[in-house]
Amino acid sequence: MMKNLIKSNTVIMLIFAAVVLTAPIWTAPIGANYPDLLQKFAIFGIFAVGYNILFGLTGYLSFGHAAFLGIGSYTAVWSFKLLTMNVVPAIILAVIVAGIFALLIGFLSLRRSGIYFSILTLAFAQMAYSLAYSVLTPITNGETGLQLEQQDPRVIDSMFGVVVKDGLPSTNLFGTLMSGYSGFYVAAAILIVAFYISLKIFRSPFGMKLLAIKSNQTRMKYTGFNTRPYLLTAFVISGMYAGLAGGLLASIDPLAGAERMQWTASGEVVLMTIMGGVGTLIGPLLGAVIIKYLENIFSALNKSELTEIFNYMPEWLQTIVVNVTNPFVGEGWHLTLGALFMLIVIFLPGGVMEGVDKIKGLFGFGKKKSTIEGEAK
Amino acid sequence: MDAILIQLLNGLDKGAAYALIALGLTLAFGTLGIVNFAHGALFMLGAFCAVSFQKILTISKKVKDESITFFDAYKEKPYLEIWWGDTGTAIIDYAVPLSILMAIPVMLLIGFIMERGLIRHFYKRSHAEQILVTFGLAIIIQEVIRHFFGANPIPTPAPDVVSGSAAVGVFFGLNENLVYPWWRLIYLAFSLAIISAVFAFLKFTTFGMVVRAGMADRETVGLLGINIQKRFTIVFAIAALVAGLAGVMYAPILPPDYHMGMDFLVLSFVVVVVGGMGSLPGAVAAGFLLGILQSFASMTEVSSLFPGIDQIIIYLVAVIILLVRPRGLMGREGVFED
Repeated sequence: MMKNLIKSNTVIMLIFAAVVLTAPIWTAPIGANYPDLLQKFAIFGIFAVGYNILFGLTGYLSFGHAAFLGIGSYTAVWSFKLLTMNVVPAIILAVIVAGIFALLIGFLSLRRSGIYFSILTLAFAQMAYSLAYSVLTPITNGETGLQLEQQDPRVIDSMFGVVVKDGLPSTNLFGTLMSGYSGFYVAAAILIVAFYISLKIFRSPFGMKLLAIKSNQTRMKYTGFNTRPYLLTAFVISGMYAGLAGGLLASIDPLAGAERMQWTASGEVVLMTIMGGVGTLIGPLLGAVIIKYLENIFSALNKSELTEIFNYMPEWLQTIVVNVTNPFVGEGWHLTLGALFMLIVIFLPGGVMEGVDKIKGLFGFGKKKSTIEGEAK
Repeated sequence: MDAILIQLLNGLDKGAAYALIALGLTLAFGTLGIVNFAHGALFMLGAFCAVSFQKILTISKKVKDESITFFDAYKEKPYLEIWWGDTGTAIIDYAVPLSILMAIPVMLLIGFIMERGLIRHFYKRSHAEQILVTFGLAIIIQEVIRHFFGANPIPTPAPDVVSGSAAVGVFFGLNENLVYPWWRLIYLAFSLAIISAVFAFLKFTTFGMVVRAGMADRETVGLLGINIQKRFTIVFAIAALVAGLAGVMYAPILPPDYHMGMDFLVLSFVVVVVGGMGSLPGAVAAGFLLGILQSFASMTEVSSLFPGIDQIIIYLVAVIILLVRPRGLMGREGVFED
């Protein structure tokens, strides 16, 4: 009875919302309570949660989701340029346009499975990236990236008589500026909605069908079940999540560049999902938070700061420790990422969530062994 | 006509690099069933073998510069020149071809350690996990190289004799102004030699025969009392060697930097998939095909017709081939489709 209560949607959502909205408070002790970082947590959390709907439920490994993020960003910035500085139309348009592209790319890519699917998505994303750099420069502004300008038309804004006198206008939500904590709360609210949708999908017959496709697609087909529309729906939904994340990124900082679409960016969301735990509800979000947090910490450190941190050690030991850790921080942050990533894949293929389960098991209140693998947790 | 010949050579050249990397990838995949995302990093390590060999050869001592008489000037003089005079200079000049001697044991060793230390534990894991763990390894290798060699490309010149251009126009009876860099021709010949060597090794030696048998039916070969695992480990080391040699010889064409491996990796994966997973001839054919298509697409006549086509041609062709031919050009049925 108690267990059922804890696992009901409402309770989960209440807890989740409370945790997310109080993030500025509980992140204070670990030094992550400034808006820029919190916004990143929420946005990349949305991206990873959406990616998990495809990868976690169906097992299709896409290497091209960054393209949808980039498309979302470009759409949002164009909406700021042409329509209004309000973020609502920008985000809605970003989701719709990313969804249309996801429909096209998904329709073609899903004709294949396994690594062929991965390479097809990668090929499409790389095409989008290359085109954004070369031919589509009038739309994407090439290497410089798409930026706002003072003389942009902003049709809707000018209809309401909003005049920008000097400098660039800022993005806003019906008058509230999207910078700082207000930006975070908007992103957090969207994250909560996005998480709720993902929870509903995980616990719906639709989600169950996706899981069935993951465990044995051939058998599903033999029972006279057409898997393609379900896969395509999952692909489009996760593409729309990526577009949403891209639109939010642009709303908080109205800039869009092609490097957001590069395959390394697609790799990053795979990393986040794996790091947290593929196919779990909260895992991808955790992964996004962990990676963004570590990136923030490690890439900011340098040698002199390391020396300060290890000041309590005897001098000879300090020199050794500083020299050993130095390659891992600052520009070498990717080394840490790579190492961490290998360790996770080797020892905890289920990501952080598997670690949590193991610890729970140690204390005797873990799940029973009969849990179906990949079941919504 | 001239332009077409040049582009054909360019394409063959690019294709040779793609084919070599794709060949190694396919070897690792066909034998061990491993999708190795660190293969590009092996290519990069090969190129850095050339760089470090050159650095070792040119370890220098400060000596007085005799040509300047007004004041005491010093210049760096490599020890090799001090000891052996002109012979030393010649050795330094040939640093890149000579570094192959160093690359062979180094790359075999790296391949061996990689297989025994990491890949071995991933036979039974899913392909997604293999991709991810080797991707992590690739990041690590890349960052270590950056730590030691810096982020800038390091020029590694070819020997003086072949740094000029060959008059290919005369050879083909065309315009005699038609020239092409010697080193690129050498690279093409070198890769053809390596590719034939690998195929001959698999086709005509007993070892190769066992390996091919193991690729077809691993279990039966094992039942015959052959330790197929050991042979596959050696094949993986050879795959690493092929990638490494491709990298060594590529160093004079493209000054090596730490992320050159990643740039090639993505393309080579596309090449492998277009050729058909697990098919060695497919990988080589697709490598040359995509290389040639890419260089023809970059001709001004073509790119003025379809702007931007040179950037995307490889991916576009990959998409079309995969949609028309589900298993690539020469892929086998049932490989990698789950």
